[in-house]
Amino acid sequence: MTLINRLFTGRHASLGGIALLALILIVVMPMALDLYRLNLAGRYLTYAFVALGLVLCWGYGGILSLGQGIFFGVGGYAMAMFLKLEASDPESTSIQTTPGIPDFMDWNRITELPWFWVPFESLTFTILAVLTLPAAFAFVIGYAMFKRRVSGVYFAIITQALAVVLTILIVGQQGYTGGINGITDLRTLKGWDIRDDSSQYLLYYLNAVLLIGCVLIGRWVLSSKYGRILTALRDREDRVRFSGYDVANFKIFIFCLAAFMSGIGGAMFTLQVGFMSPSFVGIVPSIEFVIFAAVGGRLSLLGGVYGALLVSYAKTLFAEAYPQLWQVMIGTVFILVVLILPYGLASVVDRYWPLLRSRLPLARRSSASSSSTTESRP
Amino acid sequence: MSSNTDFLLAIEGLTVSFDGFKAIEGLNFYMDESELRVVIGPNGAGKTTLLDLICGKTKATEGSIKFRGKELTQLREHRIVWEGVGRKFQNPSIYEGLSVFDNLEASYPEGRSVFGALAFKRDEQVVQRIHNVAREIQLEDRLDMEAGLLSHGQKQWLEIGMLLIQEPELLMLDEPVAGMSASERQETATLLKRISQGRSVIVIEHDMEFVAALGGKVTVLHQGKILAEGDIETVKQNKHVIDVYLGH
Repeated sequence: MTLINRLFTGRHASLGGIALLALILIVVMPMALDLYRLNLAGRYLTYAFVALGLVLCWGYGGILSLGQGIFFGVGGYAMAMFLKLEASDPESTSIQTTPGIPDFMDWNRITELPWFWVPFESLTFTILAVLTLPAAFAFVIGYAMFKRRVSGVYFAIITQALAVVLTILIVGQQGYTGGINGITDLRTLKGWDIRDDSSQYLLYYLNAVLLIGCVLIGRWVLSSKYGRILTALRDREDRVRFSGYDVANFKIFIFCLAAFMSGIGGAMFTLQVGFMSPSFVGIVPSIEFVIFAAVGGRLSLLGGVYGALLVSYAKTLFAEAYPQLWQVMIGTVFILVVLILPYGLASVVDRYWPLLRSRLPLARRSSASSSSTTESRP
Repeated sequence: MSSNTDFLLAIEGLTVSFDGFKAIEGLNFYMDESELRVVIGPNGAGKTTLLDLICGKTKATEGSIKFRGKELTQLREHRIVWEGVGRKFQNPSIYEGLSVFDNLEASYPEGRSVFGALAFKRDEQVVQRIHNVAREIQLEDRLDMEAGLLSHGQKQWLEIGMLLIQEPELLMLDEPVAGMSASERQETATLLKRISQGRSVIVIEHDMEFVAALGGKVTVLHQGKILAEGDIETVKQNKHVIDVYLGH
């Protein structure tokens, strides 16, 4: 099966690199970190889904979206709605005017569950929604934009505007969405306490496995002819168009794939953190996602994952010590990376890893398969 | 208008206006099967615009372009390619970051839809075809090379190869020898004559020596209209052509 072979031979993100990532995520981090820090890392890894999507659609496809928070939010809110409904059973909400509906609805004098909340009583529906709604949103946006040949900076600005619109909508419709506070107090999933220690571990592992699955999907897509056409249209859109390709469809697909991954990240965020709020939807998180991809390396799937981990960790460290300075620092880091390392940390690893390997006493110089953690830029 | 299905390409009453400026005005242009046609003319005559109109890059204001009797003006760019029209741009337009092989494969006329491209298999037939085309454009020994490292002339050939692999029935080349050395021009002329066997080719060119080397019918454009048409000697003698283009 060529399609399966391709998964193991593509030059995008070597299997060695993916194995190393799996080792770090599944073995090293759970052993080295206490549960609090592991949960924090799990939260950073949910951002890595978005960064992965950006590597695909921005790095390889040249489509810069400043609104990935939309898809992270859609996935996250879908999951949060299910969990909230489960937490709002008539018994635990008996002190409300209308028992059985989420508490914030009651505070906003809503007396009946809104129609679009009803299907989220089903876990099956919720999982389907997490997997399809973000991509469906992306399809609508992508179809409207790419068929009209909106691209580059205009596309970036429009996605950013859409992220703002969604935030305003969520904040404004408090009674239906939980407003600025978001959807909080999420406790159980089908009666299973998502906040106790064992479930925190389980969710962390689930998150790590899904993330590696997404890296493999990305690798498979990039090593197909589609991947090469994608790179080609980033550099020479007209040549691709006049070679008989409907360029818009190629862009829509990668944008949807990025949204699909972001949505999974959002749902895993809600599960591990126990709430979802508009502060993970708007401009600031959307730009942070881009920074993760840029710092890690926008042409490296694994770089995107490490970028999300490292920058988020740095944010936690510095933001605790110097809360006011953080925004300035992250901005500076971003500018420096763009100026000095346009292909991010992955390009440093690319350059120095072969050198380092050849100097190691146990170097296996003959091994042709590069086990660098990143791929060279195309 | 009745007999235009006999031609491979029949352009009638074609006009395109950019904010009132008519780059092409009421143009009639016909091409037979397996014809090699050279289009010459001074700067701003509308030569490149003509190719843009045929391949759909620019939309016509008026008139019709029929290819094998099928109207092209209503089709989207990639569908025009599917009909069998290939276009080479003036500056070599290749994917510099991909290998020569990948460049050719990217133009291979299969796996053109998103899911088709995802499932595309590089089988023996594809590899064979790429090798054949690469041999034709003299790049068979460079297949693994990054395309950006090719010489200017080789890039031009590669782009021609990317069109050949689609087996177009009409090939349009915009100044294919611009920036080439004398020997490269010679080889390109030979290449073009060879590939025009069995397909129609439109070449835009400035270099009169190269035009002569190609042979074939010449169309002279001036201010969006046809000034003269015929073989190279007739055109060279034409008083209007001498006045506006060739000079005395």
